[in-house]
Amino acid sequence: MTAEAGTSPGARQVADSTGPEAVISVSGLVKRYGQVEAVRGIDFEVRRGETFGFLGPNGAGKSTTIKILCTLATATAGTAMVAGYNSATERDAVRQNIGLVFQDTTLDTYLTAEQNLRFHAELYGVPKAAVMPRMRQVMDMVGLWDRKDSLVSTYSGGMQRRLEIARGLLHAPRVLFLDEPTVGLDPQTRSGIWTYINDLKSREDITIFLTTHYMDEAEHCDRIAIIDHGRIVAIDTPEALKASIGKDRVQIQTQDNQAAIAELGSKFGLDAAVREGVVTFSVASGEQFVPRLFSEFSVPIQSVSVSRPSLDDVFMSYTGTTIRDAEGGAGNEFMRNMARMRGRR
Amino acid sequence: MATQTSEPAAVTGAGVVDRIRVSVPDRGLRHDLRAVSIVWRRELIRFRTDRLRAITALVQPFLFLFILGTGLSSLAGGSLPHSSTFDFKTFIYPGVLAMSVLFTAIFSAGSIVWDREFGFLREILVAPVSRGAIVIGKCLGGATIATFQGVIFLCLAWFAHVPYNPVLILSLIGMLLLLSFTLTAFGVMMAARIKQFQAFMALTQMLVMPLFFLSGALYPLTGLPAWLTVLTRLDPLTYVVGPMRHLVFSHLNVSPQIAAILNTRLAPSITWAGWAVPVWLSLGIVAVMGLVMMSVAIAEFSKTE
Repeated sequence: MTAEAGTSPGARQVADSTGPEAVISVSGLVKRYGQVEAVRGIDFEVRRGETFGFLGPNGAGKSTTIKILCTLATATAGTAMVAGYNSATERDAVRQNIGLVFQDTTLDTYLTAEQNLRFHAELYGVPKAAVMPRMRQVMDMVGLWDRKDSLVSTYSGGMQRRLEIARGLLHAPRVLFLDEPTVGLDPQTRSGIWTYINDLKSREDITIFLTTHYMDEAEHCDRIAIIDHGRIVAIDTPEALKASIGKDRVQIQTQDNQAAIAELGSKFGLDAAVREGVVTFSVASGEQFVPRLFSEFSVPIQSVSVSRPSLDDVFMSYTGTTIRDAEGGAGNEFMRNMARMRGRR
Repeated sequence: MATQTSEPAAVTGAGVVDRIRVSVPDRGLRHDLRAVSIVWRRELIRFRTDRLRAITALVQPFLFLFILGTGLSSLAGGSLPHSSTFDFKTFIYPGVLAMSVLFTAIFSAGSIVWDREFGFLREILVAPVSRGAIVIGKCLGGATIATFQGVIFLCLAWFAHVPYNPVLILSLIGMLLLLSFTLTAFGVMMAARIKQFQAFMALTQMLVMPLFFLSGALYPLTGLPAWLTVLTRLDPLTYVVGPMRHLVFSHLNVSPQIAAILNTRLAPSITWAGWAVPVWLSLGIVAVMGLVMMSVAIAEFSKTE
């Protein structure tokens, strides 16, 4: 829609091979840490103006990939081009053209919001005359302009995240990287952050690359790549991915899950498994299957739910597990947060 | 391409609001200078908003000057010429002045470790700016606030019978600035490697007192045993405390005879195996040490991501 919106000066024009201009293109990317292969050869392109999501459980290779793209890690093999520059050999050029919002806050909480942004503007060499108006623009965008003189330490978690997004945009990058932009925030704040991110697309000519392990957040993306064990297992629009499943998900609570799974297999030829505590399986049309289930099933059923395919199902069908199971249950989130607090460096 | 701000301005396309054109110039000297300046300014802002730190940093030199200085006066009286007109406080004043910048300089470098623990260092290190600019800004920032701390202490000169002579005061400020810079560079160099704030604090505590004690701040560098003589000559503080004391003594209002005794017995030149090191060389050594340590720090930060 805004083809002439103007690439940032200083950004190299990208060779146009696949229709819309690719702002990020990655080929054969591998990253090994000693014996561990965190990323095992991935290829993808992100087109200009897209919101592109990397979806996967923790440890799937999301953060490693984003680090390589952002010049914070070097790939063992393969290349990553960002905004027309090689992220391994043209670091400063890449850095100049990207905005970063990390999982953990990187604000100076002893400074005011405005001082934080000014620091950023100076480090990124934003022209002096543009600093003030641009600062106002990005802070307005996240609704923080009237709090600009407050110390960041007085900000809530959600406000800090918004301020970081504003700061990431300050130098008008071509790509904004958001690494788990809503992790650690309460649901209401999370949805608020998404309002700002979606809003951003209507105001800025920007490509957004984000990682998340929240399924519902992946829905906000134009395209998503599902990454598991260091490989991209699927890449498409959320709609197309869901359509590719073509089946509804049925979840039943029974008195004897093992017997239920066995019977589903023998009687209906269905491949069921216990997911998140309930027997789960997929059938072509769930509503029509439920009456059959009740008339023919011998294991007592306590409750039934039928749902349209969600990204959860997509994830499950491509990786054979739900994202929550892949992360080892709810306790893991807590442990992860603890580890993060301890491991800040 | 320096600073092109005149892009074909507004975008008329669907709903895209005029984005303020921010074209970021290629990296150059001016960009680096802006980075140096903002890192320096942040240091000042943090210092200004943290009054408690400024006050607590003055407590220790204050104790040394007034409690230790007064207490030891009676003991030192006999060995000092004319204890009635010459106060022991005057003798230790230059050393305590050096101490007043010591803590501030090193702890300001320690904020790097703090920033690393709380994430802000990442924001600095991912910026498209040379690591050199960041380290230089940090060293200058630490030097500035430490010197400021020293200036506060200079105001107390009267209590040590040191005259407020403009030339003396300005020369002392210059020397404090040099010392602060070198000490900050030393701290930054250590902060490049140390990942935990507690570890940094422990290490500096361990190093700061020896630096102070070996500098000759509390005793004259004459007639010391050989091992101690060698150690004092290795301490960078020695090469600032010596000239500062010399300078202070040369501005005292005392009779020529006493001045002669002061300069030979209490403020002798720093010697290397009998050879008197001139003041310019003393200060030059401190400057070179600072620059070397800063270069090491730049190299360290350029290495790590």
